[in-house]
Amino acid sequence: MKPWMDADACLALEDGRMFYGRSFGAKGACAGEVVFNTAMSGYQEIYSDPSYAGQIVCLTYPLIGNYGVTDADFESPRFHAEGVIVREHCEHPSSWRLEARLGDWLTERGIVAISEVDTRALTRHIRQAGELRGVLSTDDLDPGRLVERARASTGLMGADLASRVTCAAPYVFAPGERGRVVVYDFGVKRTILTEVARRGFAVEVVPAHTSAADVLARNPVGVVLSNGPGDPAAVQGAPEAVAALLGKVPVLAICLGHQIAGLALGATTSKLKFGHHGANHPVMDLTTRRVAVTSQNHGFVVDEKSLPAGCRVSHRSLNDGAVEGIAHDALALVSVQYHPESAPGPHDSTGLFDRFAELTSTRPVAAPASAPVPA
Amino acid sequence: MPLRSDLKKVLLIGSGPIVIGQACEFDYSGTQACRALKKQGLEVVLVNSNPATIMTDPGVADRTYVEPLTVEILERILEREKPDALLPTVGGQTGLNLAIEAAEKGVLARHGVELIGASLEAIRMAEDREQFKRAAARAGVETPRSGRVRSLDDARALAVTLGFPLVVRASFTLGGLGSGTVFDLAELEETVTIGIAASPMHEVLVEECLTGWSEFELEVMRDRNDNVVVVCSIENFDPMGVHTGDSITVAPAQTLSDKGYQLMRDAAQRIIREIKVEAGGSNVQFAVNPKDGRMVVIEMNPRVSRSSALASKATGFPIAKIAALLAVGYTLDEIPNDITKATPACFEPALDYCVVKIPRWAFEKFKDTDPVLGTRMKSVGEIMAIGRTFPEALMKGLRSLELDGIAMAAERGEGFGRPEDDPRTLREHLLRPHWQRLQQLFASLAVGETPEGLAEATGIDPWFLHQMKRITDTEAEWRELPSLAAITPQRLWRAKRLGISDARLGALVGATEADVRALRLGLGMRPTYKAVDTCAAEFEAQTPYFYSTYEEEDESRPGTAPRIVILGSGPNRIGQGIEFDYCCVQAAEALKEDGYEVILINSNPETVSTDYDTSTRLYFEPLTLEDVMNVIEVEQPVGVIVQLGGQTPLKLARGLHEAGVPLMGTQFDDIDRAENRRRFADLVEELGLLQPASATATSRDDAFVVAERLGYPVLVRPSYVLGGRGMRTVYDRDDLASVLDGGVALSADEPLLLDKFLEDAIEVDVDALGDGTDFVVAAVMEHIEEAGIHSGDSSCVIPPYALGDELVARIKEQTLALARALRVRGLLNVQFAVRGDRIYLIEANPRASRTVPFVAKAIDWPLARLAALVIGGKSLKDLGITTAPEPKLVSIKKPVLPFARFPGEDALLGPEMKSTGEVMGRDVDFGRAFAKAQLGSGEGLPSGGTAFISVKDDDKRAVIFMAKRLVDLGFKLIATRGTTRFFKLNGLECETVFKVHEGKPDIVDRIATGEVTLVINTPLGRVSQFDDRAIRAAALRHGVPTVTTIPGALAAVSGIEAMLKGPLGVRALQEDSCAPA
Repeated sequence: MKPWMDADACLALEDGRMFYGRSFGAKGACAGEVVFNTAMSGYQEIYSDPSYAGQIVCLTYPLIGNYGVTDADFESPRFHAEGVIVREHCEHPSSWRLEARLGDWLTERGIVAISEVDTRALTRHIRQAGELRGVLSTDDLDPGRLVERARASTGLMGADLASRVTCAAPYVFAPGERGRVVVYDFGVKRTILTEVARRGFAVEVVPAHTSAADVLARNPVGVVLSNGPGDPAAVQGAPEAVAALLGKVPVLAICLGHQIAGLALGATTSKLKFGHHGANHPVMDLTTRRVAVTSQNHGFVVDEKSLPAGCRVSHRSLNDGAVEGIAHDALALVSVQYHPESAPGPHDSTGLFDRFAELTSTRPVAAPASAPVPA
Repeated sequence: MPLRSDLKKVLLIGSGPIVIGQACEFDYSGTQACRALKKQGLEVVLVNSNPATIMTDPGVADRTYVEPLTVEILERILEREKPDALLPTVGGQTGLNLAIEAAEKGVLARHGVELIGASLEAIRMAEDREQFKRAAARAGVETPRSGRVRSLDDARALAVTLGFPLVVRASFTLGGLGSGTVFDLAELEETVTIGIAASPMHEVLVEECLTGWSEFELEVMRDRNDNVVVVCSIENFDPMGVHTGDSITVAPAQTLSDKGYQLMRDAAQRIIREIKVEAGGSNVQFAVNPKDGRMVVIEMNPRVSRSSALASKATGFPIAKIAALLAVGYTLDEIPNDITKATPACFEPALDYCVVKIPRWAFEKFKDTDPVLGTRMKSVGEIMAIGRTFPEALMKGLRSLELDGIAMAAERGEGFGRPEDDPRTLREHLLRPHWQRLQQLFASLAVGETPEGLAEATGIDPWFLHQMKRITDTEAEWRELPSLAAITPQRLWRAKRLGISDARLGALVGATEADVRALRLGLGMRPTYKAVDTCAAEFEAQTPYFYSTYEEEDESRPGTAPRIVILGSGPNRIGQGIEFDYCCVQAAEALKEDGYEVILINSNPETVSTDYDTSTRLYFEPLTLEDVMNVIEVEQPVGVIVQLGGQTPLKLARGLHEAGVPLMGTQFDDIDRAENRRRFADLVEELGLLQPASATATSRDDAFVVAERLGYPVLVRPSYVLGGRGMRTVYDRDDLASVLDGGVALSADEPLLLDKFLEDAIEVDVDALGDGTDFVVAAVMEHIEEAGIHSGDSSCVIPPYALGDELVARIKEQTLALARALRVRGLLNVQFAVRGDRIYLIEANPRASRTVPFVAKAIDWPLARLAALVIGGKSLKDLGITTAPEPKLVSIKKPVLPFARFPGEDALLGPEMKSTGEVMGRDVDFGRAFAKAQLGSGEGLPSGGTAFISVKDDDKRAVIFMAKRLVDLGFKLIATRGTTRFFKLNGLECETVFKVHEGKPDIVDRIATGEVTLVINTPLGRVSQFDDRAIRAAALRHGVPTVTTIPGALAAVSGIEAMLKGPLGVRALQEDSCAPA
C-alpha cells in the first residue's frame, strides 16, 4: 500500500497480494472467489444475479453507482455476490429511475464493498494468476491473517452453490396460454423467467433437486435449465434428472444449466483459468455464421472432446474458441453457455427463446445416447 | 466473406480543406482507409484538395490527386484511373456529397464505378430527414414530431401545430449551416429563409424543440453478414440544443442504466439495418427526456464521422480502417483486433476509464459575432482526455485546451470562483450556452450554487455537476491551507486523483508549480500509466497506447532502443492545425525507420499522430510541462523534439530546457534568439539585414508618441502572438485611440508592440532546412495578397510569379544567413516583405511552419521527414542533400475562411489570422493553378455574368487593366457612381448601381438576385465601412466569389481566363513532370 492511500478496507488474495481502498458498504469481512466483470453498465443486475454466489465481484468499469439502484432491475430478490470491489462509487447518482444510492443499498443488505481500488491492477492480476480466493475486510486489515483466511476459504471447485440459492419450493412465476414450461432453478435470473413468460407460456419454477418424474408430472411442453453458481459437477442429482428428461421434452439450457445438460449427455466440464465475465463477448452461431455480442458469466465450460455423437457444438466464442453452445436436434435440446436473456448486456440473442418456443411444439425423437456420469 | 475478388482499384474521396464541422478527423479516417485497402493489395486512388493531410502524402495511396473536389474534376480522374469502386464514407460530408452528386448525375454509372460501403439509397435515406423519419418509424424508433417546409407559409402553419420553441434543420449541409432554434415567428422566418437557400433541395425541416433533453450518440458498425456491433456510446455533457460538435462529450455514457442503454443499442441496430448500411460505420444520435426516459432518434450519419474518430481514440477500435475493410468484402469476425491480436474485431470494446472531449473555439478571433452555441457548429478543434474518473479526465481536458482568459487564469492557479464573482451574474451567463460555460459552471459551484440548481438552469445532468463540485470543494479546502507545508500526502493524493494540476494546487496555497512538483516527487508520488486496450485488461494488450492516472500499478514499458519524444500540437485552432500534425507524423515514421523508438504525446483525437500505430508508443496527454515531464521521467528519452508541433511545444521549450531535458534540433538558446524580440533585432542588425522600424510602448501616451515617430500606418500587437491574435493595422491617431480604448492593458510587463507597416509590399514565406552546419532553402513562396494580410490568410505561390530572380536569390541568401546564425538543426520558416528592391525581415520561426506540407507537395520533397532525420542526428551530407528540387508545376495554396459560420463578422482579411484550412491548386501555369485553388476552396470562379467593382481611390489605377480584361472575357461591369465615372473616363462600359440607402434596387439587392457573379471590393476605409460590409455580407450569404485585394483580383481574372481556355486537366502526385493530361 502506498503510504498516502488512507485505506480503511482491503482485499487479501490467497497468493498474498493485497489491494487497499475505502469501505462504502457494510462493515465486516467476506470470503469468496474473486472474479472481474467488464460490463460497463448493469452493476445492479450483476450483483443480484445468483450466479455470483460464492464470488467477490470486481467491476472493471471504474465509475459505479452513477444511476443508483431501482427495484425493477433486480435479477433475484436478493443480493448474491459475497462482496463488491470498485474503483469509484458514485455518491450523487442521477437517473429518472433512481430509487436509492448503491452504497446505502449495499450497507442495508450487509454487503461488504470497497472502492478506490486499482481495479485494473486487480484485473490484470487475476488474468495472469487465474481466479483466486480472497477476503474482503473492513475491520481487520492485517495481511497475514487475511491471506490465511483466504487460503482457508472454500473455492468454487466442487461447491454445490446451486443448492444454496435455489428456491425452497416450486412456485408459479406466470400464467400463460401456450403450455407449461418448467424452469429448474439453479439460481435463475428473473429475466430468463420473463423472457419465457413473454412468449405466452405458463412458467413454473422448481427447486434444483426436483426429480425428472416430478417435472414430467407437471406435463410441461418444455423445460428450462437455468443459470446458477458454482461447479456444475457438484449439483447433486441434477445431471441424472436432466438425463431422464432429455428425449422426453424439449430443453433449453443456459449457463450452469448448459453445463448440467452437457454432463447429462455424458460430456465432462472443466474450469477456465479465468472465466468469461462481461457483456461484450462475441459468439458465432455456427449454423447461420452470424455473430452475437453476448452477456457471459461462466468459469466452467463443457469439454468439446467429450461431447457424445449426435451432439454438435452450435455456438463458439470468437475470443478464445470456447464452446458457447451445443445442440442435439433429435433430443430437441438447445443449450448455450452465454446469457441469451442478457440483463445486463446486449439483446442480440433473445431470439434463442423464440427457437425454444418453436421447439416446444415438437417432440424429441430420440433418447440420450449415453448414460449420465454420476457427479 | 473475404476480400471481394472483383475489386482491384478503389477510389477514395477526402474531405477537402479543414473547415468548421470538418477537421483533421477525416485525414485520420482517410489515411487509415487508404492504408488498410493498400495492405489488401488493392490499388488505391485518392482525391483531396487539402495538401496538409497525411493521406495526400505520395506514399499513402497509389495515385494521389490534389485536385478540387468537384464532379467535373472527379470525372476526369475516373476517366484516367478507371477504378472499380468508390468508397464515399471516409471523407466526411464533403466526400459523401460529392459521391452522391456524381452518382445522381450518372457519372459513376458512365464509368462503371460501384459505390461501396453505403449505397446511394442508404445514404439518401439517412441524410434526407423525411425518409429517415419514415425509416425510423418502420424500425419502431420514435423521432421528434416535425414537418418539412419549402416556404415561409408552410413554416408558419406548422408553428401553429407544434408550438414554439422550434428547431429548423436544413438537409445536406455541413455542421448545421442554415439551422437553428427559433423562439418566435420572426426568428422562424429568418432561419427558414437561410435554410432554404443553403439546402441543395431548398427545403428545411421544422420540428419540436428537444432543448434540455440528454443527448447520446452510438457508433455502430455493420457487415454484409448483418453482424452489428456498437463500438462506443457517447454522452453529451451539454444537453440538446448545442450541436454535438460544440458539446463537451463523455465516453462511455455515464447516466444510462443498462436497461436504458440496451434500448438505445437495440434502436441503433434496428435503424442501421433499416437504412441498409451494408458494410461500414454509422453514427446514430439520440435524445432522452431526463424526466421520463422517452427516447427519440435525432439523426444518423451513414459514414465515418467526427464522433467516430473520437470513438476510435476513446476505445482503441479503429473504426475507419474496419469500415474500409468491411466495404471491400470482409466481415467483422474475419478482421483481427489489432490491440489484442488474439481476438477479432467483432466485439464491443470495454472501457475501464472515462474519456472527455472538449471543443476548442476561436471566438476571440471573431469579436463581432455572438459567442453563443446552438445547433450550428462553431468550434474549430477539440481535445480528448482520459482518466480513471470523470473529474480527472475533465481537468486533464481543461488544461489540454491551452486557453487564455478565464480557463488560463484558473489554470495558472487562481482556482475556480473568486469572491468578486456574483452568483446572479454567473447564473445569467449560464442560461445561454456559450463557449466558456464550463468555466462558469465551475465558478458558480465555487461560489455556492448547488449542482441541482445549476442543473435546473442549464439542463445539464446533475451527475456531471456533482462531479465538478468535487473539484471546487477540493480547491476550497486547499485555499484554506496556510502554506505548502500543511499539505499532507493524503490530501495531495486525493487532489491528484481528481486530476488537478500541480500549477493549480500551488497557486491555491501560494506556491509555485515547481514547489508542488518537488513536494510530490519528494514523496515518490508519480502518476501511473495505464493502457487503452479495448478489453478492460481482460486480454493481454499488444498495442502501446497509454494515459496517466494516479493509481497503484504502472503499466508503462519503455523499450531498450534510444527513445525520442515528439510533442504534438494539441487542439486544432486558427493558426495551428493539421499542418503540424502532418509534420509530427512524418517525423515519427522517419525516426522509427531510423531505429529510434518514437514516443508521441498529444491531446487531439482528430489526428493521425494519435493513431496508436503512428509512433512506437502513444501517450494521450495534455501538452503541459507537468504532463510532458511525467512522460519524460518514465521514458528517459535521448531528447525531445519541440519544433514540429507548432507554437504549443515551442512554448514548453524553456521549461524543458530548465529541467535539464535535452532538446533535439535547434538548441534552446537559438530558439530564444529567434523568439525574443530584442535578441532577434540584435541578430538582424548583426547580419546586416533590414527589419521594419519598430518600438514598444508601455503607456497610452507613449503609444501615440511612438506611432508618430514610426509614422502611420503602424501594425500594433500585444506581446505574445499566435496566429496574429489582437494584431491590427492602424492608419491614424484616431484609429490608434480606438484600439487603445478597446481594452488593451499597457504596462512595462505587457508592452504594446508597434511596427512600421509596409504598405503595398509583397510578402514572402521561406521554408529552410539545416543540420547546424549546412543549410538548404526548400522553397520561396510569394504571397498573392500584399503584406498586412496575415500570412496564414494569404494565398501563396511556388515558384514566385512576380518577384525577379535576383530578389529571390537575395531572399534565399538572407534565409541561409539567418539559418546559419541560429545554427538551425531542423526547420526554419522566415517571412519577408519586399518593397521595391528592399527586403525586410518580418519574423523567423525556428520550427516547422504551416507551409511545410504544401512545400513538400509542390516540390516533391519530403521536407518534414528530412527535418526529422536531421534532428535525429543525420547531416544533410549523410542524406545526400545539397539543394532542394525545382518545382515542376505552379502550386498555389489558398486559405479557406469560416465567415459564413459567424454572422455579423466582416468577411475581410487583415493581420489577424482567420482561416481554418487550405487547399492547393497545381497546374502548368498560374491561371490554371489559381482556378483550381479557387475551385478547391469552394468559392469557384464565374465564367461570365456581371462583375461588381468597388475599390478605394488608391486602387483605381490598378483596377483598370483588370476591368478591361473582364470585359474582353465577356463580363458586364457594374459599379457605384464614382467608380463608374472613372471607368467611363477610361473608355469602359459600366452601369451605375445604387449604394445601400441610395435607392432600390441597390447593390445588395442585385447580389441577392444572383445577377452578380463576381465582387471585387477593396476596403474603402472607415467612412464607407457600412456599405462595404453589407456588400461583403450579401456576397458571402449568396455564395458569390469575393475578392478584397487588388492582387487577389488580378489572380482571379487570370484564373477565369484559364478556365475559359478549356477544361482543367488532372494529374497525380506520383506522375513525373510534364503537362497534365
